[in-house]
Amino acid sequence: MTQSDIAIIGAGPAGMAAAATAARHGATVTLLDEQPRPGGQIYRDVDRVNQPRADILGKDYQCGATLTRGLRDAGITHVKGAVVWAIEDSFTVSYTQNGQAAQVSADRVILATGALERPMPLPGWTLPGVMTAGAGQILLKQSGVLASNAVLVGSGPLLYLIAAQMVRAGTPPRALVETQSRYDLLRAGKHFGGALRGAGYLVKGLKLLAQIIRARVPRYTAATDITIEGDTRAEAVTFRNRGRTHRIACDTVLLHHGVVPNTQAARSIEVPHLWDNAQHCFSPVTDQWGATPVEGVFIAGDSAGIGGATVAERAGRISALKALEELGQISPQARDDLATSLLRQKAKENAVRPFLDTAYPPCAQALSPADSTLVCRCEEVRAGDIRQYAKLGCLGPNQAKAFGRAGMGPCQGRYCGLSVTAILAQENSLGPDDTGYLRIRPPIKPVTLGELAAMHQSTPADAAE
Amino acid sequence: MSNDLPFLEMEKKPTVQVTFDGQRLDLPEGENLAAALLAAGIQTFRHTAKTGAPRGPFCMMGACFDCLIEIDGTVRQACMLEVQPGLQIARPSAGGGDHDPE
Repeated sequence: MTQSDIAIIGAGPAGMAAAATAARHGATVTLLDEQPRPGGQIYRDVDRVNQPRADILGKDYQCGATLTRGLRDAGITHVKGAVVWAIEDSFTVSYTQNGQAAQVSADRVILATGALERPMPLPGWTLPGVMTAGAGQILLKQSGVLASNAVLVGSGPLLYLIAAQMVRAGTPPRALVETQSRYDLLRAGKHFGGALRGAGYLVKGLKLLAQIIRARVPRYTAATDITIEGDTRAEAVTFRNRGRTHRIACDTVLLHHGVVPNTQAARSIEVPHLWDNAQHCFSPVTDQWGATPVEGVFIAGDSAGIGGATVAERAGRISALKALEELGQISPQARDDLATSLLRQKAKENAVRPFLDTAYPPCAQALSPADSTLVCRCEEVRAGDIRQYAKLGCLGPNQAKAFGRAGMGPCQGRYCGLSVTAILAQENSLGPDDTGYLRIRPPIKPVTLGELAAMHQSTPADAAE
Repeated sequence: MSNDLPFLEMEKKPTVQVTFDGQRLDLPEGENLAAALLAAGIQTFRHTAKTGAPRGPFCMMGACFDCLIEIDGTVRQACMLEVQPGLQIARPSAGGGDHDPE
């Protein structure tokens, strides 16, 4: 078994920054990531991207290359294409790479598992041709593949970013169907002071909007009653806007109404999570260092609460400094000296969030789906089924699983867990914390018996511990 | 860049031969398999075990398990694989999951 001071899971901005900081101060690091190349989803394949594509994706994306360069440190072992499926025993991390299972042991674990798209159950959202907006971006970043006839549906800055990128690529979306209203923007006004601290972010957003408007991409806001039509694939989006029904034919629908922390790994080792009303999702309990109540476990970046790429980068460095101090690699004084400016920058970059979270709230229709809408994609469980379980006395998602398999399929609730909690909470007039979330157990990703059988045996010294 | 397919590739890359449900496809070597199949016009990657509903890639990051395909008898996520010469890809058989027949 490989032994490292720190195991880091996820090679996005938080994980890459944590690895570089830890290694620079003498720690040995094993960085495990599912993708063949570093970057996470935000900087996916940044080292391989060619010039026209880099121009389309923009400068913020290209910045990721400074983080991938930071991985060229002899103290960092970057295990590429490593799917982590268990974290146990303070700490043995089990993973599969190229069809073979292996383990790494470490004194500290930093989870940098990033975000998932917030589940967006709308009628027709399981049809081929319907993807997350993030998926649309991944196709462009990694493969130079563009949706040529797409409608973007939902709310949030990422919709503007991908729309502007599609405009630059010469394949503007057919329309932006946005669910936020003018009222949301007014409500966000009270957070405008905070937003001004992150004014650069707002200026970028306005520039993106200007590009979209210049390209004459139709925008519909406060859209309701959204349906994706199609028999065997997406064929059109219909919705209501200003009292009229619209229908836009398309081949691809890209959905987005915010991202939420990917909590699977943290939950599998029983890190407590609490409901975050502002971001409308569960977030793990962490302190200013990203340390969790589970000794030796840190969470950095979006998996600790959504802040975006630059916040994640600072958070990764901050968690690494605390881990280094705990391991005796740096003094508490050095830790504090190095962390002060990082903590300040992180707070400044986070200041825009309350404004964005209020101006672009999750789509109400998707938070409380119609009875006939599929909620659990894997097991094809509808919102009405979940409501029926509640009427029969079902109080929480784990019970709902027993009632009708919601959250029991291969995605393990990644794309239905929050919906199931929300529906049960509404039906039972309970809060999300009281309703709870699916209990996540290892293996958190599928592992075959063949992979397990081929696992490197631990040495006698390991076994004696 | 006009094209009838829902997805188009910005660049032409060297391709290799694979098969998808017996149909010969030329896909760009080393590229993401799910992306390459989409660009080749494949939309339905599988049918669900419960109702036989068609599914294709949704998240492209290994989280949703909707882009499942079968290679050498093993069901795998297409978005987590890269194109290699000679891949024999099949749609996983519907009903091949762990459901009991109703």
